[in-house]
Amino acid sequence: MTILNKLFTVNALIVAFLVVAIITWLSTVISQKLLKGKIPGAAIAILCGLILAFFGGKWSGGTKGISDVAGLSGFALLGSSMLRDFAVVATAMGSSLKEMKKTGWIGAISLVLGVFFFFFSEVGRAYAFGYRDAVSLTTIGAGACTFIVGPVTGAAIGANSSVIAISIAAGVFKSVFVTIFTAPLAKWVGLNNPQAAMAYGGLMGTTSGVTAGLAATDPKLVPYGAMTSTFATGVGCLLCPSICFFMVKFIFGQ
Amino acid sequence: MVIYGVGLLAACFLAGQFMGESLGNLLGIEANVGGVGFSMILLMISTQWFQKKGILPAQTEQGILFWSLMYIPIIIAMSATQNVFAAFSQGILALMAGILPTILLFLCIPMLLKLLSK
Repeated sequence: MTILNKLFTVNALIVAFLVVAIITWLSTVISQKLLKGKIPGAAIAILCGLILAFFGGKWSGGTKGISDVAGLSGFALLGSSMLRDFAVVATAMGSSLKEMKKTGWIGAISLVLGVFFFFFSEVGRAYAFGYRDAVSLTTIGAGACTFIVGPVTGAAIGANSSVIAISIAAGVFKSVFVTIFTAPLAKWVGLNNPQAAMAYGGLMGTTSGVTAGLAATDPKLVPYGAMTSTFATGVGCLLCPSICFFMVKFIFGQ
Repeated sequence: MVIYGVGLLAACFLAGQFMGESLGNLLGIEANVGGVGFSMILLMISTQWFQKKGILPAQTEQGILFWSLMYIPIIIAMSATQNVFAAFSQGILALMAGILPTILLFLCIPMLLKLLSK
């Protein structure tokens, strides 16, 4: 046992390669044999990842899903934002710069539209749940943008930690939801061209959700969605603690 | 050589991240504004430029292609490291905050796409 333990700890990243390969293989089999290709294998694999993350967090009591379980710490490196962004950038090779230039302004509009949409629909709901102070309302609203905008905004305007925890959780739920439902809903919302993917990325904002969702829909669309959604966290961090906060203060008083 | 492709990708990545961090700093916020976006633009411009000059051998391209193909496995690993358990234990407000507006926006997307593409 000690030999295995040592093997898994020293070679954590390699173990993660193997486990992800097995998950992918199982998901592809499920997709093709059980579901007759109705749900893409990548979507099932990502869902498996999320389920593993749930139990990983439950068993270990940690905050990083399955990577807190002994022997699977390599997931933290393989799934880190560093490698994710590195791979996203690589997908840009071969995509059309012309297409992006042509629809750049659509991306910009959808970004601002997306932030305001999520922010204010969430401020309304937080109000319905009994929150009355502008700081808590703004922080929860910001959490509906992405799980980074929530805590950045909360810290900037001095929200308490339980409200910040809610805003992070809201952002994670959003990313999970977008991850799972992009592929099944793609046909219905017309998400099948670079232009739509750019608008979609800007509106939804969550880079992890958008890029994972598009990967499961059509890998060719990933760079276009990533291009706009990578600006969403920045735009959210810019608008939420400033203009949005002032508007909430103006509407709800202190 | 494969490493040239990986090196070019790394150079574009770092330069783009630097631009994103600088932009965030300039705007006075603690966030990277569009770092990945800048990196992608740099990679597209530089690979196109090398291709035009005829000095982007297939092996160099392989170095970039490998990482773009590793994208989905990396996303699977990323999903497995999200704090899903904590999200579920935050209760109903967080769940609704995350999901309801997303459903609402999904319903609006066909209309928005039509509006935006005019």
